[in-house]
Amino acid sequence: MTTVHERTETFDDNDQKPVGYGRMLRKEDPRLIRGRGRFTDDVQLPGMLHLAILRSPFAHARVVSVDTSAAEAAPGVKAVVTGETLKGLGLAWMPTLSNDVQAVLATDKVRFQGQEVAFVVAEDRYAARDALELIDVEYDVLDPVIDVRQALAPDAPLIRDDLEGKTNNHCFDWETGDAEATEAVFARADVVVKQDIVYPRVHPAPMETCGAVADFDAVEGKLKLWSTTQAPHAHRTLYAIVAGLPEHKIQVIAPDIGGGFGNKVPIYPGYVCAIVGSIVTGKPVKWMEDRSENLISTGFARDYIMRGEIAATRDGKILAIRTNVLADHGAFNGTAAPVKYPAGFFGVFTGSYDIEAAYCNMTAVYTNKAPGGVAYACSFRITEAVYLVERIVDCLAAELDMDPAELRLKNFIQPDQFPYETKTGWVYDSGDYEPTMRQAMDIAGYAALRAEQAEKRARGELMGIGISFFTEAVGAGPRKNMDILGLGMADGCELRVHPTGKAVVRLSVKTQGQGHETTFAQIIAEEIGIPPADIEVVHGDTDQTPFGLGTYGSRSTPVSGAAAALVARKVRDKAQLIASAMLEVTVADLEWVKGSFQVKGDPGKAVTIQQIAMRAHGAGDLPDGVEGGLEAQICYNPSNLTYPHGAYICVVDIDPGTAQVKVRRFIAVDDCGTRINPMIIEGQVHGGLTDGVGMALMEMISFDEDGNCLGASLMDYLIPTSLEVPDWETGYTVTPSPHHPIGAKGVGESATVGSPPAIVNAVVDALKPYGVRHADMPLTPSRVWDAMRGRATPPI
Amino acid sequence: MQVPAPFEYERATSVDQAIGLLERLGSSARLVAGGHSLLPMMKLRLANFEYLIDINPLHAELGYIRVQADEVRIGAMTRHRELLESDELAAAFPIFRDAERVIADPVVRNRGTLGGSLCQADPSEDLSAVCTTLDASCVIRGPGGAERVVSMEEFHVGPYETAVGDGEMLVEVHLPVRSNGGSAYEKVERRAGDWAVASAGAAVWLAPDGTFADARVGLAAVGPNTTGIPEISQALRGSTPSEELYERAGAIAASSCDPATDQRGSEDYKRHLADELTRRTLRKAVERARS
Repeated sequence: MTTVHERTETFDDNDQKPVGYGRMLRKEDPRLIRGRGRFTDDVQLPGMLHLAILRSPFAHARVVSVDTSAAEAAPGVKAVVTGETLKGLGLAWMPTLSNDVQAVLATDKVRFQGQEVAFVVAEDRYAARDALELIDVEYDVLDPVIDVRQALAPDAPLIRDDLEGKTNNHCFDWETGDAEATEAVFARADVVVKQDIVYPRVHPAPMETCGAVADFDAVEGKLKLWSTTQAPHAHRTLYAIVAGLPEHKIQVIAPDIGGGFGNKVPIYPGYVCAIVGSIVTGKPVKWMEDRSENLISTGFARDYIMRGEIAATRDGKILAIRTNVLADHGAFNGTAAPVKYPAGFFGVFTGSYDIEAAYCNMTAVYTNKAPGGVAYACSFRITEAVYLVERIVDCLAAELDMDPAELRLKNFIQPDQFPYETKTGWVYDSGDYEPTMRQAMDIAGYAALRAEQAEKRARGELMGIGISFFTEAVGAGPRKNMDILGLGMADGCELRVHPTGKAVVRLSVKTQGQGHETTFAQIIAEEIGIPPADIEVVHGDTDQTPFGLGTYGSRSTPVSGAAAALVARKVRDKAQLIASAMLEVTVADLEWVKGSFQVKGDPGKAVTIQQIAMRAHGAGDLPDGVEGGLEAQICYNPSNLTYPHGAYICVVDIDPGTAQVKVRRFIAVDDCGTRINPMIIEGQVHGGLTDGVGMALMEMISFDEDGNCLGASLMDYLIPTSLEVPDWETGYTVTPSPHHPIGAKGVGESATVGSPPAIVNAVVDALKPYGVRHADMPLTPSRVWDAMRGRATPPI
Repeated sequence: MQVPAPFEYERATSVDQAIGLLERLGSSARLVAGGHSLLPMMKLRLANFEYLIDINPLHAELGYIRVQADEVRIGAMTRHRELLESDELAAAFPIFRDAERVIADPVVRNRGTLGGSLCQADPSEDLSAVCTTLDASCVIRGPGGAERVVSMEEFHVGPYETAVGDGEMLVEVHLPVRSNGGSAYEKVERRAGDWAVASAGAAVWLAPDGTFADARVGLAAVGPNTTGIPEISQALRGSTPSEELYERAGAIAASSCDPATDQRGSEDYKRHLADELTRRTLRKAVERARS
């Protein structure tokens, strides 16, 4: 089922305070806009000390000795801890989310520039930082592995000699699809196009850097940890496993978070250092990394070197897609993804097209770079998959001399094919792609744009039109095949209605700015008719909320959103029993009209949810078998992922003299199924599109040959400003998910996933007169100028 | 939060008191005006000074733009925003407004100063290129109120190095005014507010017969300091403005600059920009001189 709504929508069309879905100002905004948010760095505890981390200046070096005596003697210093100290406690290494290990503090070697070597705890942040200068570390510098293409060379230096029996820098191999069947299709295809495509290393760069305040109470044996985490429950369990503390004695609190984008999913050594610091000193200890530390040491994203191949008939029927990927995982495999998916959900690289065969083989390697991977709003590597398929489809369009919109329309999976199982085994739940694509083309005025482009080309002006059409797989995930370190990816939810009809809902997921306090209140409101303003959303505190794996991979609405709707329905079912007693009719005689139960055919006889709540808690008999109170809890295990889609069109102008790219227009039509709060959805889309402009045009974490990170400040690592982005033109279609209780699919990462290929495709389209078929991101003026001269190079 | 190494801080009460402090403290002291270049370097501990002398209290004394018949005098503490907003300055030298529009962002422009920009001596700094283009001279005051005047070529002695000595302070910049002039500035940046990949300023003065009485081009980010190119002036003087002439000037700019490949762009690309932007700014400067 597809419904195409009117595109223009303003607050006037909507109730400002809907009892359910609709535009509504965010409940959290008064606090955040007035500067009354409470972030980790705002936590102040009596006697609190401050922690600073000494980091390696080298990408690869043996740690010969660490002399801390001068630092220990410095004024205000309470403790100096090295890898050797942690080794004594069994804490020098910790597990990553991908079954690898990562050094908390280096003992044997440092393996990337910025790696943690020692820490100082002092009375204030300045004393701690100054004392770092007094720690004397002797390094024996080793040759680093920086060029990922050389990581498996026979003479490449061995990075992970900590792993027993390791003789090379191989991390893992992974494959999906059918190699033989794909080869057979390629062999008989009219047209085969190959293209090397690099998705460079980028960084999420959230406004708030990572940090923690650890407060260990030695008497109670309880650890209270405020930290910048997108997954408080998963972190608590891992701390229990790493530190050996009993899980019920650990409370993880994620207060307000200033942006995550995946950067705050992993456990970083700094969090563990803060815990150790508090245990060692007996005082609360705060660690907040600075901007450079965040950029050089925390979870990067992407870094895939891909070869894409596409096979088609001469008249433009896509037959097969094949890809080979070399993945740079840095010094430790810190990837945050379901363990059975080491390449995340890259398997959806077949895109939105009905094809006969597909195959991918991937090799992941270690390099002397920061660990991480799978971060930055990527839906577990779908960013890379969508970029690959949408770029290679454009290459095919160029080869066939076919309009890229027409080529896509010709190959879409058709509505009657859903649920559609792809050649790599993903079951797309629902989709109706053509109306979404047509709407984007209508908003853009596609035919007129092509005419304008032809005129401009004749005058020597460079204008490009780029299209991308994506299908995402979000909402991880079904516990039968998705877990992180053995923890299933289901989410709990608890709802309690108070006697006066107000309510509190407790979630396992954690907002980093997505507006959960509003969206989840609206989901509950839609189901039980209590206004969102009367519903308190509690999240981020493991002592206050049910277990669940947290917010990333656009999973909050697909998983916890479903949990919220279902828990509300449980409460409503109980309310119906109570209402039947109150109205002295049978349950079957009642009908639910949002906010109250009415006797069928007699609207005058009704009780509101608030009256029912009072009765549930009040005096008087309840029906047989019904307990007092009005509350419920649930743990929701999704039966499948949800598959949002979208059609994006980008228009760019390029100055032929300076090669500067200007994004003139950007049209985004998203289909995320049922829309809960359109304003929040648009905000998510606007943010993601801006991210896309950054990645396409300017962002990259690069390294020099010695492994020095060249993106260590926001002066070197550029992120876009309002001046680089156009007025976003958005539209939407609605194809509900058939298996999700409210049909919602999630939208948090759609725009980040879908926008980079549209922009790159537009730039390449603009450069067509120069014979350019591909140019890698970031498309800085210098790199575009190189492409115009026929010497486009990969960025690594 | 990035924290600098310990330093002592004093607010200046007058130019001479500040110079007295500089004289006494020597190279361990540094003046801070807008601080938008110095403080990030200190926070990254790339620059470490024992003393900072804050000269923001001297804005009343050194913050001014005086447009006279034969020259414009600008005080060293004049802020970017004041340079951007001055209609008088824009009338005399439109290049200033062109440049100020692309310098950083409003927050930086509210604090940053002309003197601070020149003394930072960053090879990519826009106002240094503007002053080079306009043949500015710099007034440096020393102990006892002694003043000396140096040209822009003399003022910048290397990347991040100026002719200002330990007990000295840049107090004023002089810009000669000539008749029938026009000027312009163009910058290519990877993103708004970034340092230039390359930029060019041009200033021209036309003779009554329409030929170039004089012309100057200044470039930023394509050498150790911002660069004036006398060969372009020689090539243009006495000739009638034409596209061919701009092309020649551009070619001279490309061949006489000395860029290095870095994250902002390749050496080739920067040379190309020196050429392209020289042509563009000369064209615009001539248009402005004629109107």
